[in-house]
Amino acid sequence: MELLEVKDLTIIFGGLHAVDGFHLSIKKGQLYGLIGPNGAGKTTVFNMLTGVYRPTEGKIFLDGKDITGKKTVEINQAGIARTFQNIRLFKKLSVLDNVKVGLHNQYHYSTLASILRLPSYFKVEEQMNQKALELLKVFDLDQDADTTAENLPYGKQRKLEIARALATGPKLLLLDEPAAGMNPNETLELMKTIRFVRDTFDMTILLIEHDMKLVSGICEELTVLNFGKVLAQGKTADVLNNPEVIKAYLGE
Amino acid sequence: MKKLLKMSKTSKQNYITYAMVLVVALIAGVMDATGNMSSLMSGLLVPVCAYVILAVALNLCVGILGELSIGHAGFMCVGAFVSAFFSKLMASTIPVAWIRFTLALILGVGFSALIGFLIGLPVLRLKGDYLAIVTLAFGEIIKNVAAVLYVGRDSKGLHFSLQDTMSLGLEKDGEVIIKGAQGITGTPNDSNFVIGVILVLVTLIIVNNLVNSRDGRAIMAIRDNLIAAESVGINITKYKLIAFSISAALSGIAGVLYAHNLNTLMSTSKNFGYNMSIMILVYVVLGGIGNIRGSVFAAALLVILPELLRFLNDYRMLIYAVILIVVMLFNWAPSALAFREKVKAKWKKTPDSTKKEVA
Repeated sequence: MELLEVKDLTIIFGGLHAVDGFHLSIKKGQLYGLIGPNGAGKTTVFNMLTGVYRPTEGKIFLDGKDITGKKTVEINQAGIARTFQNIRLFKKLSVLDNVKVGLHNQYHYSTLASILRLPSYFKVEEQMNQKALELLKVFDLDQDADTTAENLPYGKQRKLEIARALATGPKLLLLDEPAAGMNPNETLELMKTIRFVRDTFDMTILLIEHDMKLVSGICEELTVLNFGKVLAQGKTADVLNNPEVIKAYLGE
Repeated sequence: MKKLLKMSKTSKQNYITYAMVLVVALIAGVMDATGNMSSLMSGLLVPVCAYVILAVALNLCVGILGELSIGHAGFMCVGAFVSAFFSKLMASTIPVAWIRFTLALILGVGFSALIGFLIGLPVLRLKGDYLAIVTLAFGEIIKNVAAVLYVGRDSKGLHFSLQDTMSLGLEKDGEVIIKGAQGITGTPNDSNFVIGVILVLVTLIIVNNLVNSRDGRAIMAIRDNLIAAESVGINITKYKLIAFSISAALSGIAGVLYAHNLNTLMSTSKNFGYNMSIMILVYVVLGGIGNIRGSVFAAALLVILPELLRFLNDYRMLIYAVILIVVMLFNWAPSALAFREKVKAKWKKTPDSTKKEVA
């Protein structure tokens, strides 16, 4: 069963076809990679999937439901969460609070309950704390729960962003260059974390990445994007040995 | 365990703030009661409470929500006029002061919140500093409308006009309640310092409890990173509106308190104009943006300061401005911060280093 089905996705900025006829289908539980040279349109695809941009043409189906052209908030509630290429944390909030913001739509009490500190406030806050700490533990961040997010080291900030995205309870997780700026050891650890997330949360993951070690190490299938068009698609090993792909990456 | 410690840490800080307010209020109250306070200062007690509330309200908007508003005196104006109008209207109908004041408070706060909501509804959808422009205009409009508003009452009911008392067309036994530029005269003096302090505490509790809640986190998430907040499913407009409406409502409290401390409530640029809004912003910035306790004490000190400097006569406002600049530099300038760190470090090291030198 396809979790994500993208058909003929096109976006035109002025006269530029930034993404042209993009198509993709990801099965539930798959670890899927989206790669391509700089400026190929990978992040633009992410931005269309998450409702930041409205595609000029094409359709996006999540779990059989049409989510094309919906707003970012609606798409998140439909089940897509993402991280960003340039980390976007809530810098002045604590690590714990960052995750609790992610839990926002799953736990409810009224504004009045919070101002008057009604029993529901304490009850729900306690549940949120537990759930958030559970998530932080997965990423080995529970010791830093009280730290202000901006004071975390870079690698942990990346992890926290993934934890926050997972807190929204998504069906599909989009990671935009999760290994950017990491050293080989951190990347290795990140690969483990991504696999672990997929296995424990039964998550479907689509990631953009330039680090070929990471891509060939964990992605089961790949799509290669070049100049906004799909260059190759299929099993990781086949795609990476495709002469067209090698040409696009290394030149002739 | 750790999270419990953390929760108690923030609420501990909040309780310290409440205790500090109570202690300062107690000292001021005792000084006033025993006659150790000049009549000018004692007349300032209630206005200080009003401006503290206003500063905390504005800090909710500027520091917690991250939206600049330069029209908060306008919301205060709404609260002041609505409540003073009600109190004067009901002065004989509801003779019990505290019931009348409570109703006036609810009405004043309700109207301020409503106006805040109506202004926020279109403006807070936009990204950028549009709120500052719109609130600036709103503050001036409210101030000017309040200055030309005539309302009278006779046996037929209420009459409104924006021209003069004649055009109200009152019967002979009619009474003019709001008299244009002369404002509302004879509002019952239902507020006092104790009520003021209680309202300051209520405001602080509302803001602190809001900040440390699900809604507060969403509001601060929007401030820290709008795009990320959207991506985790936070309804941006909703939470901006909640924060801004509450901020406006709290400014209304300040207005109600202010109006019931005066015999004559007039709308002038001195009390409700943009100058006042900017002054409140100065309190917030000096106290620290996003720092609620800072706003309380910055507002209290800066309202009193001109009175304390009265002996300087003509140079009063000059010195006041210089003090503002010096405090600002001391708090925020990088070299001042470095200097403070250095002094702190030296102060700690002194015993050791002197020993070494002796040796």
